[in-house]
Amino acid sequence: MSSARLNNTYVQGTFTVVGPMEMDGPIGSYFDAGYKDLYCGEKSFEKAEQMMVKRAIKGVIDKCNLTEADIGMAFGGDLCNQITAASFSMRDFKIPFAGVFGACSTSMLSLALASTFVESNQTKYALAFTSSHNATAERQFRFPTEYGAQKPPCTTYTVTGAGSCIVSSIPSDIKITGITFGEVVDLEHKDINDLGSAMAPAALKCLQLHLEAFNIEPSYYDMIVTGDLSKVGRAVLLDMAKEYGIELNNHYDCGLIVYDINKQKVFSGGSGCACSAVTTYSYLFHLLETRKIKKLLVMATGALMSPTTFQQKDSIPCVAHAVAFEVM
Amino acid sequence: MNKELFAKTAKKNYPKKPKVRNAIVAFLSGGLVAIIGQVILNIILNYTDYTLEEALPFVSITIIIITVILTGFGVYDKIGQICGAGLFIPISGFANSMASSAIESRSEGLVYGVGGNMFKLAGTVIVYGVVATYILGIIRFLLSLGGITI
Repeated sequence: MSSARLNNTYVQGTFTVVGPMEMDGPIGSYFDAGYKDLYCGEKSFEKAEQMMVKRAIKGVIDKCNLTEADIGMAFGGDLCNQITAASFSMRDFKIPFAGVFGACSTSMLSLALASTFVESNQTKYALAFTSSHNATAERQFRFPTEYGAQKPPCTTYTVTGAGSCIVSSIPSDIKITGITFGEVVDLEHKDINDLGSAMAPAALKCLQLHLEAFNIEPSYYDMIVTGDLSKVGRAVLLDMAKEYGIELNNHYDCGLIVYDINKQKVFSGGSGCACSAVTTYSYLFHLLETRKIKKLLVMATGALMSPTTFQQKDSIPCVAHAVAFEVM
Repeated sequence: MNKELFAKTAKKNYPKKPKVRNAIVAFLSGGLVAIIGQVILNIILNYTDYTLEEALPFVSITIIIITVILTGFGVYDKIGQICGAGLFIPISGFANSMASSAIESRSEGLVYGVGGNMFKLAGTVIVYGVVATYILGIIRFLLSLGGITI
């Protein structure tokens, strides 16, 4: 059973922290906090990412008028080796913590897990958070930040930011109505520069599982939003969905919402754990709260390769996890 | 999920690399690097007592210094994205790969960080450069035994 229908889980509050490029983007005004440089006043990019995570966690707890003791469980992860941005940040909080890794799908993976904890009455409040940082991700998966190689147009730009969300059984505007954990899909795609295409089939698989489990059509939702497929991956998803008989007229991608790819130098769009997290927890929730949309499905997509598997010429397995939101 | 369908769809949607534009820009920017080198060489030959052979290394060193400074100020990667092979193939590409790796690893200290990672990208150029030179050296020696000198 990959999907579950939820009846008493609600979004209590969110907090988003971003870097300079995201502040300059089309939805820059919706974020709670922003930094003007990638170091965020810290000595290394790794510390800067932890700083953003801590600010996001503290921010959401304060915003909900809660204390650390109220949060029964926290789920979070990031793109650094051994998810250090998440676990090192949790040193400062007295909250039980389970680190999760789903690459860029971590945003919805952590939120879905937190939701199951609340739904099953294990805790009243649960926290989900994730982060990514352009410089730490570039270093982890690509080249040094200042390396001057020419990147192809299909590549994406990792979003710098952290997003957190507290879910609870106390009713609020936004209800979490369903979650779907996706299957790992690998169609032998090997181009590390074109992760959008690699993740598109995983997104489609997750969508199929979700629609089947809830017995609905895509048109049920006002918006179906993928995490970070970017311009290239989105085109692949739409084409493939059509072949499988799924008409997607209401599809959007966080990587194309968080940046304006015509004005900003981000190649095909945004990517990274924070891409879907900061977009969903700020702009998309704003659309729900202002009743501009009523039903929203967010499918965060993740490419699960490591630099080692890539250098060993292995293909790129991908996964997507979905969370459905409805306005009350 | 159908692998063939995916491969076909991914190929269809793959954005074309601007190959002609890249080639022209690389030709012009690579040529510009060469012109800068030639100007430096002429200055050294005209204003100092160095011979041509002594002056040549200074040309490479100057290009390396300019590259390292641009890399340090975070400008080189932006120029590199535009110029591509024009800056990648000359010694500037080599200098940038070492400088960027060194800067990136600074947070891990001078020994394991900078020292251990500086040749992360450039190391392969050195290894295979030496291997290629070794093989060519053997070929040259064998040819010289047959009376052919290169």
